[in-house]
Amino acid sequence: MRLSQDPTIDTVAKLCSVSMAMFAFVFVVMVPLYNVLCDALGINGKTSSEAYISVSADVDETRFIKVQFIATNNDAMPWSFSPEVTEMLVHPGAANDTVFFAANPTMNAMVAQAIPSVSPSRAAEYFHKTECFCFEQQPLDGNDKAEMPLQFIVDQDLPADIKTITLSYTLFDVTALISDKVASR
Amino acid sequence: MGDHHHGPAKGLSRWLYTTNHKDIGTMYLWFSFAMFLLGGAFAMVIRAELFQPGMQLVEPGFFNQMTTLHGLVMVFGAIMPSFVGLANWLIPMMIGAPDMALPRMNNWSFWILPPAFLMLASTLLMEGGAPAFGWTFYAPLSTTYAPPSVTFFIFAIHILGVSSIMGSINIIATVMNMRAPGMTYMKMPLFVWTWLITAFLLVAVMPVLAGAVTMMLMDIHFGTSFFSAAGGGDPVLFQHIFWFFGHPEVYIIILPAFGVISQIIPAFSRKPLFGYASMVYATAGIAFLSFIVWAHHMYTVGMPVAGELFFMYATMLIAVPTGVKVFNWVTTMWRGAMTFETPMLFSIGFLVLFTIGGFTGLMLSIAPADFQYHDTYFVVAHFHYVMVAGAVFSMTAAVYFWLPKWTGRMYNETMGKVHFWVSFIGFNVTFFPQHFVGLAGMPRRIPDYALQFADFNMMSSIGAFIYGMSQLLFLYNVIAAIVSGEKVSDEKVWDGAEGLEWTLPSPAPYHTFETPPKLEKQPAY
Repeated sequence: MRLSQDPTIDTVAKLCSVSMAMFAFVFVVMVPLYNVLCDALGINGKTSSEAYISVSADVDETRFIKVQFIATNNDAMPWSFSPEVTEMLVHPGAANDTVFFAANPTMNAMVAQAIPSVSPSRAAEYFHKTECFCFEQQPLDGNDKAEMPLQFIVDQDLPADIKTITLSYTLFDVTALISDKVASR
Repeated sequence: MGDHHHGPAKGLSRWLYTTNHKDIGTMYLWFSFAMFLLGGAFAMVIRAELFQPGMQLVEPGFFNQMTTLHGLVMVFGAIMPSFVGLANWLIPMMIGAPDMALPRMNNWSFWILPPAFLMLASTLLMEGGAPAFGWTFYAPLSTTYAPPSVTFFIFAIHILGVSSIMGSINIIATVMNMRAPGMTYMKMPLFVWTWLITAFLLVAVMPVLAGAVTMMLMDIHFGTSFFSAAGGGDPVLFQHIFWFFGHPEVYIIILPAFGVISQIIPAFSRKPLFGYASMVYATAGIAFLSFIVWAHHMYTVGMPVAGELFFMYATMLIAVPTGVKVFNWVTTMWRGAMTFETPMLFSIGFLVLFTIGGFTGLMLSIAPADFQYHDTYFVVAHFHYVMVAGAVFSMTAAVYFWLPKWTGRMYNETMGKVHFWVSFIGFNVTFFPQHFVGLAGMPRRIPDYALQFADFNMMSSIGAFIYGMSQLLFLYNVIAAIVSGEKVSDEKVWDGAEGLEWTLPSPAPYHTFETPPKLEKQPAY
């Protein structure tokens, strides 16, 4: 395909399109593709950010999976944040409930976002959350506290060599992020 | 306006408004040498601090600014522009073209560089200091925890990205459209070939770098969360994007060096280059592979095993075309009537040291072993063997080789040889011990270290001072040659040199090949 009669301008036009296409490629292909791949393959320990619609299936009572919970505060996040229990023994296929506690010790209303990560990362795609506080942001008034529920199912297809799954939450302070978005509206 | 054949304009405006490829090439070369000295000065601060364990001279924060700016200035300010300058000077003369295809854009692509680096260097004087997150500027160090000057850094990267893209488009347009009749692709000198492929790499990946810094800018100032987990982004994404640019970038730096070596070794071996076609295919092969190996820089981020294996094997595959090249250079010298003038010394130095750097690269490509080597001085030693002994040695060889053609005057051969040996020894004293401290576990980018690394670090620092000083000898030699060097009258300054540029008078006239040369007897290299 020729973009111009002048061969030099033709070359330049093509190369400019290539470089602009590569710039766009970063935003419209690389970023979404990275997220899609991480979600689909469960790599990077990312769990789905949407609630799992449970399907009826038999509970696999032949084995126990130890699920450990870790709660961490990111950076200068002042909240106290902890799981009710640090570990549970569960059967694959069974629905399990637990809660995390959060308290805002400051005087100000704040908004937090919990980001989950599963280790080993191979287990991420078998760890289904039917209900999770991490699906939404958590607003808390100053000196307020909350119980945050988590309901999960470990998939029956979890590879047999995985006996322990660690679910780690990091709590981020997103108050500034929210107010920025409100301000820019 | 006068006659088209008049010489250059006088005064400052000659350089400001010039569209002549030789003038622009000269400006690129001087600019890159100035940046080489600036980046070198930063390196001297680093080595002075590391001369002894404990905190000696500078604050840790300033030390980090030095490692960051050293890397950025050397990669984007010294090495890349120096090869663009070389391309400007040589490609039109090598393919029998009167000038570059887009002379005005050529002027632009040079003149936006100095402001970009002025801006980058000025961050040193800003509140909060210069960027201190390493030349790889991983998020969130470069976003959440960055000094305010990061915005200037981002803008500087944008500008020099635009400059590189314009320069590359110009080179591709020149090579594709302005070859003299009869100069088929497979008759082009190898330097032209390697630059053509490099330019394609640049057009493909500089926009990716621009995208990465644009995302940083948006995260910092516009409330997006590309690299912030809090808002649903991911810091690891930054590393993928950066190295998708970064790995082709290292070949952008080294491929033109391969081209230079492929011109110089045949000249002083007085034999045609062995395996011309395989050199072209090897270059193209390396360029292709450079796009599918990026994650070998990030084995430790927690990739699935399948990913580690893929990137490990793909990386090892690069040793095959690179090995072809080294084999061809050695075979070119085999049974040649060799002489060892300064350009040849630097080329052989390149060959030996680059190969060592290639082998340490192979060691690093082994994913399980890399967990030990990652972010240690072993990596620092590796990439200085390929960047300094690779790119900088070949650039130095190129300057000595073509300087008589550019200026019509000869440099001082004895001083050139002294420069080579002092550089060669200084370089190895600096970087060879870094392999040992790296394997023993000394991390990179730290201003202090454990006592057991003290002796090797002192050696390293002494070597660095020697290597740094030897560049002043180089500067003196070049200036002395320009001012009062012995005049050369032959077109062919080196009796074994082949190629169209050696059919031109020395010094090369301001305008050359305004009518295309006849090519019947030009051999293919």
